[in-house]
Amino acid sequence: MPRIRIDGQAYEVKEGLNLLQACLGLGLNLPYFCWHPALGSVGACRQCALLQYRDEEDRQGRLVMGCMTAVADGQILSLKADKARHFRAGVIEALMTNHPHDCPVCEEGGECHLQDMTVMSGHHHRRYRGRKRTFVNQDLGPFINHEMNRCITCYRCLRFYRDYAGGEDLHALASRNHTYFGRASDGPLESEFAGNLVEVCPTGVFTDKPLSQSYTRKWDLQHAPSICVHCSLGCNISPGERYGRLKRVQNRYHHGINGYFLCDRGRFGFGHVNHPERPQQPLVRENGRLRPVAASEGLAELARRLETTERWIGIGSPRATLESNLALRELVGADHFFTGLGSHPNALNRALLELLRLPGVNTPSLREIEACDALLLLGEDITQSAPRMALSVRQAVRGAGRDRAAALNIPPWQAQSVQIAGQNARHPLFISHVTATRLDPIAEATYRASPQEQAALAFAVAHCLCPEAPAPEGLDEQAQSLAEKIAEALLHAKRPLIVTGPSSGALPLVEAAGQVARALLNARPAEACPPALIPVFAECNSLGLTLLTQDAAEADLEQAFALSEHGPVGAIILENDLFRRAPGPLVQGFLERLTQRIVIDSIPSPTLNAADLVLPATSFAESQGTLINNEGRAQPLFPVHALHAERRNSWQWLAAVAGHRALKGFASPADALATCVTAAPELAPLSQALPSAAHPFTRLAVPRMPHRNSGRTAAGANLDVREDQQPQDHDSCLTFSMEGAPAPWLSRQSGIGARLPFSWYPGWNSNQAVHKFKDAVDGPLRGGESGMRLDLVCRDNGWHRPLPVDTEAQGLLAVVQPAIFGGEELSNLAAPVFQRAALPCLRIHPDDAPAWSVADGDRVLVRGASAATELPLRVDPRVARGIALLPPTCPPLGTGPTRVSLRSLGSDPLIATDHPEPTDG
Amino acid sequence: MDKPLTGALRDDRRPLTLAEYRSAGGYRGLQQAIKNLDPEGVLQQVKDANLRGRGGAGFPTGIKWSFMPRGVGAPKPRYLICNADEMEPGTFKDRLLMEANPHLLIEGMAIAGYALGASIAFIFLRGEYTRAAAHLQRALQEAYDEGCLGSNILGGPFSMELYLHTSAGRYICGEETALINALEGRRANPRTKPPFPQVSGLFGQPTVVNNCETLCNLPAILAEGAAWYRALGRHEDAGTKLFAVTGNVRTPGLWELPMGTPIAEIFEQCAGGMAEGYRLRGFQPGGASTDFLLPQSLELAMDYDVIGKAGSRLGTGSLILLDDRTCPVAMVQNLTHFFAQESCGWCTPCRDGLPWAEQLLTEIDAGRGRPEDLDTLLDLCDQAGPGNTFCALAPGAAAPIQSALRLFREDFDAHIARGSCPYHD
Ligand SMILES: Cc1cc2nc3c(=O)[nH]c(=O)nc-3n(C[C@H](O)[C@H](O)[C@H](O)COP(=O)(O)O)c2cc1C
Ligand code: SF4
Ligand code: SF4
Ligand code: SF4
Ligand code: FES
Repeated sequence: MPRIRIDGQAYEVKEGLNLLQACLGLGLNLPYFCWHPALGSVGACRQCALLQYRDEEDRQGRLVMGCMTAVADGQILSLKADKARHFRAGVIEALMTNHPHDCPVCEEGGECHLQDMTVMSGHHHRRYRGRKRTFVNQDLGPFINHEMNRCITCYRCLRFYRDYAGGEDLHALASRNHTYFGRASDGPLESEFAGNLVEVCPTGVFTDKPLSQSYTRKWDLQHAPSICVHCSLGCNISPGERYGRLKRVQNRYHHGINGYFLCDRGRFGFGHVNHPERPQQPLVRENGRLRPVAASEGLAELARRLETTERWIGIGSPRATLESNLALRELVGADHFFTGLGSHPNALNRALLELLRLPGVNTPSLREIEACDALLLLGEDITQSAPRMALSVRQAVRGAGRDRAAALNIPPWQAQSVQIAGQNARHPLFISHVTATRLDPIAEATYRASPQEQAALAFAVAHCLCPEAPAPEGLDEQAQSLAEKIAEALLHAKRPLIVTGPSSGALPLVEAAGQVARALLNARPAEACPPALIPVFAECNSLGLTLLTQDAAEADLEQAFALSEHGPVGAIILENDLFRRAPGPLVQGFLERLTQRIVIDSIPSPTLNAADLVLPATSFAESQGTLINNEGRAQPLFPVHALHAERRNSWQWLAAVAGHRALKGFASPADALATCVTAAPELAPLSQALPSAAHPFTRLAVPRMPHRNSGRTAAGANLDVREDQQPQDHDSCLTFSMEGAPAPWLSRQSGIGARLPFSWYPGWNSNQAVHKFKDAVDGPLRGGESGMRLDLVCRDNGWHRPLPVDTEAQGLLAVVQPAIFGGEELSNLAAPVFQRAALPCLRIHPDDAPAWSVADGDRVLVRGASAATELPLRVDPRVARGIALLPPTCPPLGTGPTRVSLRSLGSDPLIATDHPEPTDG
Repeated sequence: MDKPLTGALRDDRRPLTLAEYRSAGGYRGLQQAIKNLDPEGVLQQVKDANLRGRGGAGFPTGIKWSFMPRGVGAPKPRYLICNADEMEPGTFKDRLLMEANPHLLIEGMAIAGYALGASIAFIFLRGEYTRAAAHLQRALQEAYDEGCLGSNILGGPFSMELYLHTSAGRYICGEETALINALEGRRANPRTKPPFPQVSGLFGQPTVVNNCETLCNLPAILAEGAAWYRALGRHEDAGTKLFAVTGNVRTPGLWELPMGTPIAEIFEQCAGGMAEGYRLRGFQPGGASTDFLLPQSLELAMDYDVIGKAGSRLGTGSLILLDDRTCPVAMVQNLTHFFAQESCGWCTPCRDGLPWAEQLLTEIDAGRGRPEDLDTLLDLCDQAGPGNTFCALAPGAAAPIQSALRLFREDFDAHIARGSCPYHD
């Protein structure tokens, strides 16, 4: 390890770093702008200068840029030398010549890297007397504000947006001190990661537009370490609240999962928390109407109703916490607990879980995905269903460029040189899907076919890899040669990866993904790195729910429906809108047959409207509980807001029931977690999260509010001038306060990284403070990351036998295309996300149109086995033949894989719409 | 005197056709290289000739070439680029060569390409040089037709394609790595070095960038030999160079003279001394981005190291003179305006520092300066100094300001004290 000396102090640092990384890793303050831990160095801002001495004798020293200079043994350096300080202050002074200095009205203020660096560099007196240049700003859509006058031209936005995230519609325009970062013309930024610009930009150029609508400074926000609930990846987030309103979501660093970046659904999709139609207090049906009642009355109603019927069933949910699902299961008994999903999605989830169990196969984190060098995406458009993973896949594909650069001895942080040396080198990415995806442009090859044909392709890949794996029948020559090519690439890769998911609705496809991994394991030499296989799931706790119910023989919604046909039965429906799960007529019939309908949920829904008793559940922002992500990582949610008296965690409502149905083991969040630990053997590792002598929940008392939080005691004065008692949190290591004892920020040893509600450190008010909580800038948080991987039991189910592709079937196969915007229940309640949703339409291949006498632009009746719907039709050559590609908002038309028929209702009368045209691919 | 660069030019400056060029001895150097030498031999010749880059930095060409991976196993393709962007104010030497004798450059590039094993070469030409473009285009066609370019050049085993690219027009496109970016279709920002273009250049492949004049020296070196070439120089440096004089002299112009010619000779014998009624105050020896020198430096020999030791740079060898009736503040303001405008916008001391320096110079020139402005100016020059910025544009811009502040300080002070420009009463 190189030994260097900085201002007289000797340090040992890791080889291969640059000086800026080294300094920050040592906890030293060296200001910077253009460097970013994930984007590397480009030497543009010249802010990170320090002095390097030739030898002991050298008194002069020479300025070097920290981010551009590799550490080397024996370096003698100074951050504090006058020459270095003067230079750094001068850089800020020059940057500031055109800056508007509008901090008081700038939404970056209080968490602004430019403010922080200005203070750090010591520039305080303005000498420039000239005019400032001004720019015209752009409307960049519902997510992001644009105020170009604040730009300091660090090029970070461009480097994130284009180089890292693959976006194409953000440019650096013009040059010199007129360089402009924007689009060619006004319009929403197209990248699904545009929201990260809010955090990547060190100034107030790009700010959070939904936040501006009801703006609060970071120092006045109350935060909690939380988990995104908008897909199965479980990105770590830091939501901020004030006056009982959730104001925004920011990234919270997790080394293995999201790193520094979120997707825009995760960032802007929280509108359901503040939704005006959200149930605020219990509702009891009286004379056909739902009447709001107090919590106590709601509870009494629950108890009373539970007595009215002997038989109860509980319907769980993949978007409810483990605790809530388990509490319901305990209440009604395992035999009467249903997942809230049909048999087909349940089977898919179980099959996906089996993939995680495959022995010898690695389950990669998103970070590990970034190091993979041959990738096969099977039947899942992750850009829409697990967006953050798509960003990691992009980094993996770019890895070929990094390798080329490494061969020329270019260090990985030399971002620009890596890009030049790497040019367009890409690791092979193969995408098999029913239609085009946004990753197609960087793919080596794409395969567009029905899910059955895709499964056949994958089975063929497996067979190519390992002759023992049974070959599929009837694969055409082109697909066969593609299969060989894929097999070749996976076989020879250092770290091959297979990704799949439930979106195509085809069980064989999921099984085929496992088959490829298994064949790969057989075909590769024993010493080779094990193949990686990662499933994505449909929802934030799909895997948690599956783990709870995997052994239940009868946990499907159909069985619940059937049960209701045999004698009187009441149902408690937990955080689930059944109309999204099964065809409308079936759900309607079921609800009508029930003797009692109790719905516990945090959002409005048709199911909730049919309830006799509604108990308002907490949203993720008020919940404490556990979610299990797609890799089998259990992560805790902590409430951002203090609990509203009338809203509770779903499990808390159930735990309050007295009498013979009283629940044991749900007295507190810790108690509920302890109950989860024993609910299934594989959940045992959760015990690490339990409070213990070494980790009592409350000893550390991490404040949820920054210590400058203002007006806390007066926040409710418009309602009641008496000052409320500060809410207490006895259930976690967090407090609803700006006070914490001891101040955890100041101790680099405290190791509370995973519990940080927001990132802040003295002198570092922006999110970039996070490096203060790590031992190495690029490393994990000190003290461990949020959550723990479950130890799933390995199981090998042997080879799957490919089914022949069904060529006789009538009708088009309905496949629902996921959508990042407009494709998920919770975020659809967020206005900015819904604004970005594409117009719902049905899409089919041109060759399929004549058979149904339908044409592009028609309104068509789509009829499935159990239900029908009307949609505008787009004829789209990118869709595979034989497929009816349905929008994600389409209600289920049948149970399981469904074939549909089409009938034209004439040309679509719709002339104008606020929705953008669909733009995938 | 031998004039390897301009000896063959026609008096009317019309471009030599291939036939004319041949009859003046053209393509003998290329012939010699391809028929009698292997690429290593050519490289050795160039090293022996002690040819130094004429683009401004004077880097030894042979050494630059030797950083290019060669031989079996070296990455392919490798590229050669002629830097003919020539946008430095006061510099117009490459223009003459390309307009009046385009085959000289083509031959030089073929020789360099042979030595480097470059299969593809580009001439990156300043966009406004439309006449040079037309002449080069015609000459390229002739060269291809006559087998001096393309496959199996002059019947030998070496093949090279040569393309003419006209720049969209920014001074920074002359910086060799920004040039490569521009050629790739990227924004014309310079690149991080290392890696140098010889390792990872155009499209990430090994690339050599040489100035037009540098390349034009090669035919004579190959035809006449390294010793002959070295002997042309009058001082340490070898060969001849195009020297220009601009300013209020009797006959401003451009001359080919031996390296090491004393500045006084260029100034007095070639340019005829100052025009009637003007006295010399100082001069920039190597173009707009070099430090001012005082008249006592006229004795110096135009050699890279001699001028370097005197505190300036030989640069492009284009002398820009300041006379006693021109306001040095206004002159520096004018130069700074150019550099501030041409900053590529990548790094802070240049992008934001130079416009500020320009603003201060404008204020001082207009009589609105303050004494402390001179300290600010010096600060800005320091900030933009060598090593502090991402490329050499900013240090080049700071050079005239800094040296003017040192040498003509009384003019700055007078502007501030009087509240107006003393040259405009
Ligand atoms: C701002 C800037 C502009 C430049 N413009 C030119 C130019 O127009 N022509 C040129 O040959 N070199 C120019 N150079 C120098 C080149 O970067 C490079 O050093 C030169 O082309 C190398 O050729 P040589 O080794 O033959 O001298 C410029 C450098 C800078 C920093
Ligand atoms: S907009 Fe922000 S990120 Fe982009 S260059 Fe300007 S300051 Fe940097
Ligand atoms: S990728 Fe998924 S978990 Fe991550 S921010 Fe987006 S929606 Fe949330
Ligand atoms: S010094 Fe910096 S801003 Fe100026 S031209 Fe060079 S790279 Fe661009
Ligand atoms: S952070 Fe080092 S130059 Fe910008």
